Amino acid sequence: MILEVISTILLILGAFFSLTGAIGLFRFPDFFTRVHAASVTDSIATILIITGLILRTDFDLVAVKLLFILIFLLLTSPTASHALAKSARHGGLLTLAEIRESKKGDND
Amino acid sequence: MVELIDLVLLGMLAITALRVIFLKDLFAVVMLFGLYSFLSALIFVNLDAVDVAFTEAAVGAGISTVLMLGTLALTGRKEKANNHTALLPLLVVIITGAALIYGTLDMPPFGHPDNPAHQHVAPRYIEESPKEIGLPNMVTSVLASYRAFDTLGETAVVFAAAIGVLSLLGMPKPGGVAIDSGLKSHLVLRVVAKLVIPMTILFALYVQFHGDYGPGGGFQAGVIAAAAVILYALVFGLPLATHVVRPNFLKVLAALGVLIYAGTGVTSFFLGGNFLDYNVLASDPVVGQHIGIIVIEFGIGITVFAAMLGIFYGFAAQAERTNIQ
Repeated sequence: MILEVISTILLILGAFFSLTGAIGLFRFPDFFTRVHAASVTDSIATILIITGLILRTDFDLVAVKLLFILIFLLLTSPTASHALAKSARHGGLLTLAEIRESKKGDND
Repeated sequence: MVELIDLVLLGMLAITALRVIFLKDLFAVVMLFGLYSFLSALIFVNLDAVDVAFTEAAVGAGISTVLMLGTLALTGRKEKANNHTALLPLLVVIITGAALIYGTLDMPPFGHPDNPAHQHVAPRYIEESPKEIGLPNMVTSVLASYRAFDTLGETAVVFAAAIGVLSLLGMPKPGGVAIDSGLKSHLVLRVVAKLVIPMTILFALYVQFHGDYGPGGGFQAGVIAAAAVILYALVFGLPLATHVVRPNFLKVLAALGVLIYAGTGVTSFFLGGNFLDYNVLASDPVVGQHIGIIVIEFGIGITVFAAMLGIFYGFAAQAERTNIQ
């Protein structure tokens, strides 16, 4: 009973973070802030949702499989976000602050 | 509730398809195709067709996205402007669509138990396969035993596709000079790839040999194993990957898989049964079925692995050649 309540809370929190990630992906102004928003969905929402699902199992093989999925996602998703941001950086994409800085330099 | 999920997924599928039609940026189109495959995989899960969903996710969203990206590296990112008028194609599409919709009016109601699909052979499979074959995963029984001849055809198609692509593009020369792949500075990516690749191969073996008991089998396992080597090639460069799995070795593997499959069939009729009748492979028919299914699934896995990796090698080698020029 208590487990079910905790699991529900975790699932709702996970859904909330997924939603904020999706909103951020659309509303944020430039590439880096958007990647940041998307990676929130990848990391914290994954932890919350899969932990919530594990609490709903009978702690058998299904729970172990979910745990494997969690570990796999925790390894790969942040790596993907990191690689994406780093590639953009190498490709010469500037952050908003840097663009503002360079504009200031032009005006002086 | 299930209908609601289906409707939402189908709606998202339609939106994705429309975006694919109207977008001119081919890179985004490839990504949307991956999304499309994941969405259809979700629909298959919702329809309880886990094996199909697994294949769709592995092949549609995984390998084919990589292969299409490989093609983009050769052709360029922008779609060519089209000068043709769209009127005639629109007319043809509207007439065909109307005919198809008219055709669906005669179809039996969706999911009705009296439908021909549920009346013809399915009841026999469901009733007899536990006794005749005795595998918990009935999909594998149907795919690898009752419909073994169809599956042999599918494996041959995969093999033929690989041959076709390779005769057009050609394999890379093994062990060329390691050109800087641009990922040397991605330390995090390299470390995580080193962690993930062995796990992926282990998972592929699990999918291969657990296919009798759960969703999975040769097709999915071959694709997953190929994905592991493709990841290696993407992160560490093609020359190193061709050191690990030699292109010539792949050619042998691709042919060997089909040979194992067809050879099982020939063996069964030398032992007095029909082509691909596994009952005669052992003294007990059920044991014979198990042996036959494991052997032919292994053949499928080998061919699919070699074909997928060979096609990737072909594309990657061509891209590298054009980059040098």
